[in-house]
Amino acid sequence: MLGAFISIIQRDLLLAYRRRADLMNPVLFYVIVATLFPLGVSPDAEFLGRLAPGLVWVTTLLAALISMESIFRQDFEDGSIEQLLLNPHPFSLLILGKVVAHWLITGVPMLLIVPVMAMLLHMPVQAVPVLWITILLGTPILSLIGAIGAALTAGFRGGGVLLGLLVLPLYVPVLIFASSAVSAAADGLAVSGQLAMLGSGLILALVLAPLAISASLKISMS
Amino acid sequence: MWKFLYRLSSLKYYYEWSGKWVPWLLGSTAVLMLVGLYWGLVVAPSDYQQGESYRIIYVHVPSAWMSMFVYVVMAGAGFIAIVWRTKLSEIVVSECAVIGAMFTALALVTGMLWGKPTWGTYWQWDARLTSELILLFLYFGIIAVHSVIEESRTAARVASILAIIGVINIPIIHYSVTWWSSLHQPNMLLVSKTPSVHPSMLYPLLVMATAFQLYFVSLLFIRMRNAILHRERLTSWVQDISTRN
Repeated sequence: MLGAFISIIQRDLLLAYRRRADLMNPVLFYVIVATLFPLGVSPDAEFLGRLAPGLVWVTTLLAALISMESIFRQDFEDGSIEQLLLNPHPFSLLILGKVVAHWLITGVPMLLIVPVMAMLLHMPVQAVPVLWITILLGTPILSLIGAIGAALTAGFRGGGVLLGLLVLPLYVPVLIFASSAVSAAADGLAVSGQLAMLGSGLILALVLAPLAISASLKISMS
Repeated sequence: MWKFLYRLSSLKYYYEWSGKWVPWLLGSTAVLMLVGLYWGLVVAPSDYQQGESYRIIYVHVPSAWMSMFVYVVMAGAGFIAIVWRTKLSEIVVSECAVIGAMFTALALVTGMLWGKPTWGTYWQWDARLTSELILLFLYFGIIAVHSVIEESRTAARVASILAIIGVINIPIIHYSVTWWSSLHQPNMLLVSKTPSVHPSMLYPLLVMATAFQLYFVSLLFIRMRNAILHRERLTSWVQDISTRN
């Protein structure tokens, strides 16, 4: 069972590696959107630094949302998902493997670029490690919740816009806890409460989301 | 009981059964609402701080309660639709989404109208307002599912899953938003403790709350009956009804 789980991850990582150019797209999106904020809001370092936690996290939500659309699309069209369903191993576990692979492909590059973006937006230096931890804890939740939406809309035309409508309200708690942790760190306050909430959110999502994703995929396939 | 529920899951049986209830439901809604409104708007004393403007609670509070209650009903129906795949509960899910969105919008609008004279602003990014707004977005998402996915049974099952996910998420969203900031006054009604509202104001509120419940049920029945007629328009029993009239 674990072997099947791992080979799903390997397969998806290999597929992603074969199309390395696509790996850069979420990161580029992230960098470009973050560049728009100083242009649109103000280049003033102090002002921008105060907004930075929120800006970085809203950008993260959007980048995560955009990357979600493709998670099941190809497998859905070529029938791989159906093969996974016919597989004797638990469907939700295999699907969790796909989500983990998707997070490795989209979340990990984000982890690398986020400190740079935070510096560009003049975020106080002491807040950057906390920002990094919130990204580490928060983006898997975004992937898990987003995968539910992607699974529900996979089989339908016009699913892309619908995905945002369905998923973004569910992202609200992550945004609140993560950005408030970063803001608190910027002000030199304790952040363990927010990080604990994010961690428990991650555990909850890890347990419940695979069930919802597999149920949703079954509906989309029927 | 089980036999009755089993028969109720047949759309035709439900249509006939609900037809008998609708006039009674509408009648009792009208009576209770008139009583509640008269009691609340005319008889109840004015507030010593807020004057007359507080009277909007007789619409605002029941609709805010209903906005959450309808969501729970929708999620319950969604669960039944996923597990037992009954058509009737699928119809409940899609109709509840519209009614719930309406109650949520009503709660938001009346809250804003009350906020202007009391807080001095229509909108404040406070915890309850924000979580009510997010609730409205969740309803919109479920309504949008029905417009994007054409096949109505698939749409209903997608909506059911969303409703169930939402019901797990709503407390999380609510508490996260509460934690984030709060300006709204705390709950004034806690059944287990002594309510902080004077009975002369409380009783008309409870009458209005009951009236809103009945209004919800009547509206749900009427909307479901329409949806059933539309969904089953090609079956012989619906054709019979349309030829009879």
